[in-house]
Amino acid sequence: MSSLDGFQANPALQPSWTRRISHFASTNTLLFVGGGIFLLIILAALFAPWIVPFEPNKIDFSHKLLAPSLEHLMGTDALGRDIFSRVVYGAQTSLIIGITVLAISMAIGVPIGLAAGYFGGKVDMLLMRISDIFLAFPPLLLPIAITAALGAGLFNAMLALAISWFPWYARIVRGSVMAIRKELYIDAARAMGVGSLRIMFRHALPNSWTPAIVQGSMDFGYTILAAASLSFIGIGAKPPTIEWGLMVALSRSKFLDYWWTAAFPGLAIFVTVLAVNLLGDGIRDMLDPKYRSGR
Amino acid sequence: MIKYVAQRLALMIVILAGVMVVTFALSRVLPGSPIEMMLGHRPTQEQIDLARAKLHVDEPIYTQFSYYVADMVRGDFGESLRTGRPVLEDVLERMTATFEVTTLAVILVVLVGVPLGVLSAVKQNHLVDHGARSFSIAGMALPVFLIGMMLQMLFYGELSWLPLQGRMNSEILLDYEFPRVTGLYLIDTLLAGQWLAFKSAAAHLVLPVLTLSIASLAVVTRITRNTMVEVLAQDYILTLKAYGMRKRRIYFLYALKATLIPMLTVIGLTYGFMLGGSVVVEYVFDWPGLGGYVVGAITKNDFPAVMGVTLFLSTIYLSVNLVIDLLYYLVDPRLRAT
Repeated sequence: MSSLDGFQANPALQPSWTRRISHFASTNTLLFVGGGIFLLIILAALFAPWIVPFEPNKIDFSHKLLAPSLEHLMGTDALGRDIFSRVVYGAQTSLIIGITVLAISMAIGVPIGLAAGYFGGKVDMLLMRISDIFLAFPPLLLPIAITAALGAGLFNAMLALAISWFPWYARIVRGSVMAIRKELYIDAARAMGVGSLRIMFRHALPNSWTPAIVQGSMDFGYTILAAASLSFIGIGAKPPTIEWGLMVALSRSKFLDYWWTAAFPGLAIFVTVLAVNLLGDGIRDMLDPKYRSGR
Repeated sequence: MIKYVAQRLALMIVILAGVMVVTFALSRVLPGSPIEMMLGHRPTQEQIDLARAKLHVDEPIYTQFSYYVADMVRGDFGESLRTGRPVLEDVLERMTATFEVTTLAVILVVLVGVPLGVLSAVKQNHLVDHGARSFSIAGMALPVFLIGMMLQMLFYGELSWLPLQGRMNSEILLDYEFPRVTGLYLIDTLLAGQWLAFKSAAAHLVLPVLTLSIASLAVVTRITRNTMVEVLAQDYILTLKAYGMRKRRIYFLYALKATLIPMLTVIGLTYGFMLGGSVVVEYVFDWPGLGGYVVGAITKNDFPAVMGVTLFLSTIYLSVNLVIDLLYYLVDPRLRAT
């Protein structure tokens, strides 16, 4: 009937793989650049023991505060430790921080958002007002107070950041569940006697978590920054943990004369967060056409 | 109007009560004995008994909470373990230093960020736009403490133009007396006519204010740009252009007016961000405000001080947002209609 019947795509007219990739790269430059740098950082974190020229925690006073050279690419710190090796190992800590904080805050926020969006009414009111309370603190101040209560340390700092960040995920998931809760397939599942919990996690969640993933990819960088700040003021990571914010903090008494002790770990934070933010923006552009390039 | 104000005020009180639940929970329910947390290690039996009576630990938790709220409302945040003085006294003494930096930073951010965002939106995809966008992307990835230390390296280490840290040269502070009328050194020194002291105060303010501004500037520029781009695409802007109205008048009178509401929201968020960021900035610049006080308190396990400042700054933040809610009412005629 239709003239398209029996139509077959001509393989010769299909764009080749290389064309496709280069097209993807040119339309998603940010994603590509950010993703590339981020990939390098992940590789550095994974293969740190094979990359680094020196033991990152090895103290050597005869080589302290050396300026960057071919032997010590980023110089050495006040204890004679090789800064390049420490910066590479620091990538591990920062990635772990980002993943852990996001995982915990999603683990708290997503179920709350699901329940609020699915049940609506009073449950929604209650859960959202509780979440609002956590947003009433100036950012960074709540994590500081929680860490002060739990005791300083990297894990507590991560937990504190997650607790102060979960309301954003609760809000986002709630919003997208609200949009789909009247859909036919949810009604159908309910009519078949599927329990609320199962509907929420098996039917509502998979259809509403894209915005949360987008938000997560954009928050990753913020998380690393916030954790570095907590370490910097002395309530996050503690030695012998190698963390960039902590490295900058330890260089504080010397950085005016020995700039490299602060500059390279600081630069590592900047480059990582920049790459992650570009990647996050790129992912958002890809999943949410509303934000396509030029905006 | 009255109904709107009352609604906002009621909401703020509810949230403030919630905030108190959180600080109460943090100071009582979490690991470690609250008594030990309040008194530090090795208190005498007498101190312990006194603290037990003060905290009403033998009574049910909700009774304890009501005592807690009563204390907080009266402004009794307990005593600082480090300074041995009531936390409220410490807080009031130091808040003006924080207020001076954060307020100047907010003003700077609005004065620079909004025009930059407008320019970026008007010259969409031109050089200015790309420059402003790169700047805001970079600004958002820079840790606040690194910005501060880089500025210190440049303006103190290399150029020796500005002081490294502190609020005023100690010699000047000793030699030139000026009454603390407002607690804001810039104003107090001017009122007393102490020109040298004023110059010192201003020079000490430059770097902390710049540091606090740069990160927020990135956010404000970006949001102004994006809302402006949206507004400029509206039909009424096209109409104005068709009527031949001057571009500058369109942008800064008609278009900017439509961005006021999102801008107010951003300013509120920025203020909160700065209150939090001031903790790091004050630490970097050894600034005698609340942020530096909190950091010092944490390292000394001075728990009442940490919670006092947290509650205090949250109240300030909520009040700023209340003012912004009220400004919405003035700016947005739709709110008045309902």
